[in-house]
Amino acid sequence: MGMLVSLRDWVDARFPLTKMWEEHLSKYYAPKNFNFWYFFGSLALLVLVIQIVTGIFLTMNYKPDANEAFASVEYIMRDVEWGWLIRYMHSTGASAFFIVVYMHMFRGMLYGSYKGPRELIWLFGMMIYLALMAEAFFGYLLPWGQMSYWGAQVIVSLFGAIPGIGDSLSLWIRGDYVISDVTLNRFFALHVIAVPLVLVALVVMHILALHEVGSNNPDGVEIKKNKDENGIPRDGIPFHPYYTVKDIVGVVVFLMFFAFVIFFIPEGGGYFLEPPNFEPANALKTPEHIAPVWYFTPYYAMLRAITFDIGPLSSKFLGVIVMGAAVVILFFLPWLDRSPVKSIRYRGPIFKTMLALFVISFFVLGWLGTQAPTDVKTLMAQVGTAVYFAFFLLMPFYTKLDPTKPVPERVTMGSH
Amino acid sequence: MKKQLLALVLLALPALASASGGDVDLKKANIDPQNKESLQRGARTFVNYCMGCHSAQYQRYNRLARDLGLSEDDVIENLMFTDSKIGDHMSIAMTSADAKNWFGAAPPDLTLVARVRGVDWLYTYLHSFYRDDSRPFGVNNRIFPNVGMPNVLWRLQGVQAPVYKTVTDEDGHEHKVLEGIELKEAGLQTPAEFDRTVRDLVNYLAYMGEPIKQQRMALGVKVLLFLLVFFVVAYLLKKEYWKDVH
Repeated sequence: MGMLVSLRDWVDARFPLTKMWEEHLSKYYAPKNFNFWYFFGSLALLVLVIQIVTGIFLTMNYKPDANEAFASVEYIMRDVEWGWLIRYMHSTGASAFFIVVYMHMFRGMLYGSYKGPRELIWLFGMMIYLALMAEAFFGYLLPWGQMSYWGAQVIVSLFGAIPGIGDSLSLWIRGDYVISDVTLNRFFALHVIAVPLVLVALVVMHILALHEVGSNNPDGVEIKKNKDENGIPRDGIPFHPYYTVKDIVGVVVFLMFFAFVIFFIPEGGGYFLEPPNFEPANALKTPEHIAPVWYFTPYYAMLRAITFDIGPLSSKFLGVIVMGAAVVILFFLPWLDRSPVKSIRYRGPIFKTMLALFVISFFVLGWLGTQAPTDVKTLMAQVGTAVYFAFFLLMPFYTKLDPTKPVPERVTMGSH
Repeated sequence: MKKQLLALVLLALPALASASGGDVDLKKANIDPQNKESLQRGARTFVNYCMGCHSAQYQRYNRLARDLGLSEDDVIENLMFTDSKIGDHMSIAMTSADAKNWFGAAPPDLTLVARVRGVDWLYTYLHSFYRDDSRPFGVNNRIFPNVGMPNVLWRLQGVQAPVYKTVTDEDGHEHKVLEGIELKEAGLQTPAEFDRTVRDLVNYLAYMGEPIKQQRMALGVKVLLFLLVFFVVAYLLKKEYWKDVH
């Protein structure tokens, strides 16, 4: 023990080990009233680690070559020891990442976690979300199945809708006139090194910004406003050990769902691994129905909802603009919300109704994005898109009008 | 709010079930992946009837031996007709360029066909050939119209003939519509025997699509049981630490 202590002191004299441990864990005071929704931050970190570790092992046997990629995935599934488990963890992890991140973002919306002084945390988080979408998109090409190929073809061709530079832009992204070996190689490089580096850096900034201002909580009360004589928030508890032991429970429950999918339904009912993707990419054979993976479908539905031209602007271009705006508008949330309170607990009926409509529209759009379009479904997608944007664009008005309840001085404890 | 969201998630779950479907009127394959004898018979049908044209280029013979409870000598003697080695993939000599010339489309590799089409589709497809003299091989298929593939199992099944019904459309024109198919000439197998042959073959194709599947599910049960125990420990630990938080 004595030796370990002197080793620690030796390191501490040269590197802020104990300082960092205390700042971020043992003396980072988090509100004591975190509920269910607060598991998803640490779970997102867990899934990131799972993806990086399984990704490293997949890279050892995967071949980023149009002639060998598909076969190398089957080699991993059949001949590599535990390769099937590593691959299913990675493919399920991709969907799990989005589920966890969507829950985490929704938590922010429920409790106003994006509001000042946490705007930067939200912005870093949104950049993580963007990087995650890029990472998922690049990664989905790598198995080189039919959906990989045609999904990438459709998405890259969207850039072609931009007037003037569109065609050269999509040519530049592909590096070829169609998705080809060249595209596969660069997507591989972006998927395994470029985007993960950005992701990890953004996650570090997200957490540093969070630990600078401190965590929000389900009551939206600033616990730093009420400190005891030692300068410790009265409603705060050290992250370690309280939330480390609590998060372990969350991790185990998450792993139960995760393991259930991996071991019993790795295709996720055709949503996590799409059946056409078990067929090698074929540039001469277009699948009957091309749908993106489920986590992109709400945006895909919005893209397809724009079926009309406006003046010189084609419906395709407008669709791309709407799709892009649907993501970009999330960045502005901290400035769109004018409510004096943070948490939904103390907000009025208008915000609650709008948030419920927003969630419904997101689910409905997500479902519509998996379906082949019909007249009725296109109309539904148009209504859904309108509701989605109304939630954000009308927010400055309804959050001001909405009556609020008084926010308590201290956090309230539910069951935990 | 939380309850509303949960309700939404629960409502969305049944949609998962239908995501991979699509085709109507598929008959249930009802395969039994645990039945090694069924898989062995399916493997025999596969090498005898399918591998003339279709490869299984990701499946190795020795993996087949191990998973289906056969010795390597059994496989070499009964299931291998080429000069392949026991550790080789189940490939074929026909090139896809030749195949394209002869059949119009290259017969697809069948290793993963069960994961692309689903077992019910395969089972129905193999039952749905009927006589059609307008087609190059004299047969057509009810759920895959104008398919390039001949009915390779016809000697076992016999010949099925189409049953048409006449419908009149809105403009008063009469059309012949395929209503069903019926067995016209008996084959070497009775309908019940043939049904078993097809089911065994589909069972084998499903095995080949994911050879690890049975072990994967068996391991899954153990993993979940472990996590259940871990949960109890983790929960008690949390409860102990949180005793003083009010």
